[in-house]
Amino acid sequence: MTDTSTQRTGDFKNALLRAGLYAMLILFALYYLMPLFVMLVTSLKSLDEIRTGSLLGLPRDVDFSAWGKAWSGACTGVQCEGLRPYFWNSVLIAVPAVLISTFLGAMNGYVISQWHFKGSNMIFALLLFGCFIPFQVILLPMAIMLGKMKIAGTISGLIFVHVIYGLGFTTLFFRNYYITIPVELVKAAKVDGAGFFRIFWSIFVPLSAPIVVVTVIWQFTQIWNDFLFGVSFSQAGTQPITVALNNIVNSTTGVKEYNVDMAAAIIAALPTLLVYVVAGKYFIRGLTAGSVKG
Amino acid sequence: MEWLQRHMPKMVLAPSFFAVLLFVYGFIAWTAYVSFTRSRLLPKYEIEGVIQYERLFESPRWEVAITNLAIFGILFIGIAMILGLLLAILLDQKIRTEGALRTIYLYPMALSFIVTGTAWKWILNPGLGIEAVVKDMGWESFEFDWLTDPDMAIYTVVIAGVWQSSGFVMALFLAGLRSVDEEIIRAAMVDGVSTARIYRSIIIPSMAPIFMSALIVLSHLAIKSFDLVIALTGGGPGYATDLPATYMYAMAFSRGDLGQAASSATVMMMVVVAIIVPYLYSELRTRRD
Repeated sequence: MTDTSTQRTGDFKNALLRAGLYAMLILFALYYLMPLFVMLVTSLKSLDEIRTGSLLGLPRDVDFSAWGKAWSGACTGVQCEGLRPYFWNSVLIAVPAVLISTFLGAMNGYVISQWHFKGSNMIFALLLFGCFIPFQVILLPMAIMLGKMKIAGTISGLIFVHVIYGLGFTTLFFRNYYITIPVELVKAAKVDGAGFFRIFWSIFVPLSAPIVVVTVIWQFTQIWNDFLFGVSFSQAGTQPITVALNNIVNSTTGVKEYNVDMAAAIIAALPTLLVYVVAGKYFIRGLTAGSVKG
Repeated sequence: MEWLQRHMPKMVLAPSFFAVLLFVYGFIAWTAYVSFTRSRLLPKYEIEGVIQYERLFESPRWEVAITNLAIFGILFIGIAMILGLLLAILLDQKIRTEGALRTIYLYPMALSFIVTGTAWKWILNPGLGIEAVVKDMGWESFEFDWLTDPDMAIYTVVIAGVWQSSGFVMALFLAGLRSVDEEIIRAAMVDGVSTARIYRSIIIPSMAPIFMSALIVLSHLAIKSFDLVIALTGGGPGYATDLPATYMYAMAFSRGDLGQAASSATVMMMVVVAIIVPYLYSELRTRRD
C-alpha cells in the first residue's frame, strides 16, 4: 500500500515538474516570438489604430497599404522609391560575392588540407586570424583603396570587399571539411596520373554538396545582413537594403509611420528568414563551425 | 608542364595570400601608422607621436564609449550565457517538441541587427510600446522610457542584443550537452545522484571548452557591436549609447577626424588581439598535445 502511494505521489510530482518545464519552454518561445509578432501586427494596422490600440493587439481591419508603401513608396531621405531598388542592390551584391568567395574558399581549403607545402599552414593561420579582426581597423584604408581602384561607391566595390573579408571563413569551412578526406585518395589518384584540377573536379567537388550549402548559407546571411560595409562604402544609388531600412526608419520628414517601418523591417529580414526556415540545419552547422574550430 | 603541376597548389593559394596580406595585415599597419600622425580630413604621413591617443583618452565621448562597452559587454555576455545554458538544459529533458522550440529560439540569429534594432525601437517606444501595454493593464503610473533616458539607454541595447544572440549560445551548449559521455551519466543515476547534482558536478564541468568558445564569440560580438546601436538608439540620446565602433565611425565619416578614427580602431584591434590570440594559441597547443 505505502509503496504504491509513494509511487503515486512520485508520479504526481513528476507530472507537475514536466508541466512546469513545458510552461517555461513555452514562455521563452513567446519571448522570442513576441518581436516578430509585434512587427507583423503593426505592419497590418492603420496609423490611427496604432495610436489608439495596443502594441500586442491584433489589427481590427487588416490594412496592407503599409507593405505597398514600404516596398515602393517610402522615403529613404530625399528619394521616395521604397525598399525595392535597394532590395535588388543587395541581391546584386550578395549573389556574386557569395559565389566567388565560396569558390575561392573551396580552392583554398583543397590546397591547405590536401596539398601541404612549406608555409601552407602559416597561410591558413593568417587567413583565419583575418576572420576575427574588428573591421573598423580596415575601414579607412579600404575607403582610400576603393577610390584608387575607381570602384568607390559602386556595387562592384561592395562585392570586392565582401569577397576579401569572407575568404577567411569560407576557407575555414572547406579546409575543415576536406581534411576528413583521406590523403591516400589523392595519392592513388596521382599515381593514376590525375592532376591537381582533375582530382579537385572529379573527387572533391562531387563530395562537397553539404559544405557548399553550409558555406553559401553562411555567406549569404552575413552579406545580406551586413550594415557596416554597406553604410561605409556605398553612395545614394548603390546602398544595400539594411542601409535603406535604417534610412527609412530614421528619416525625419513627415509623420512617423510605424506600420511602414515594420513592413520594411520584415521585407529586409524575409530572405534570410526564408533560408533559415528552409535550411535551418545547415545554418546551425555553419554557426557552430564558425565558432568551434575542428 | 611538370613544373606547373608541382607549383599549382601555391599558385592557387597565392591570390588569397596576397589579398589577405595587403587588405588585412597591410591595412592594419596603415591604420596603426596613421594613428601616430596628425591626420584630420586627409591622411598625413609624418609621425607625431602619441598625440591621438592622448586626445582619445582625454575625450569625454570616448570615455562614455568605453564605459558603455564595459556595461554592455558584461551584461550582454553574462545574460546571454546564463539564458543560453538554461534553455539548453531545459531542452535537454527529452522534450517532444524540441525541434520546433529550437527553431523558435534561434531564428533571431538569422536577422540583421538593423532589423532587430528597428523592432525593439518600436517595442520600447516610450509612448506607444511596452509602456502603453502595461498602462492599459491598469498600472497607470508605469513608466518605461529607457530608450530616451541617457542613463538607461545602454540597457536597451543589452535587451535587444540578448534577444538576438542567446539562442545561438543555446545551440552551442545543447551540442555540448549531447556530447557528454552517456555512460558516466547513467552510472551516476544508478548511484542515486540527483539530476541537479549530475548537471553541476559532471556535465557542466566537462563543457568548459564550449563555455570558452561561447565567451569568445560573444565578447567578439560585443566589441564589434555597431549596427544594433545605430538602429536602436543612433548612439543617442546625445552620445549616451556610443560604443567604440560607433565612435570610430563618427570620427571617420562624419567628423572628418581620421587621426581619432585610426587611434580608436587601433585600440579596438588591441582588445580583440588580447582576447583572440591566447585563445587561438591555447587551442592549437591543446590539439598538438
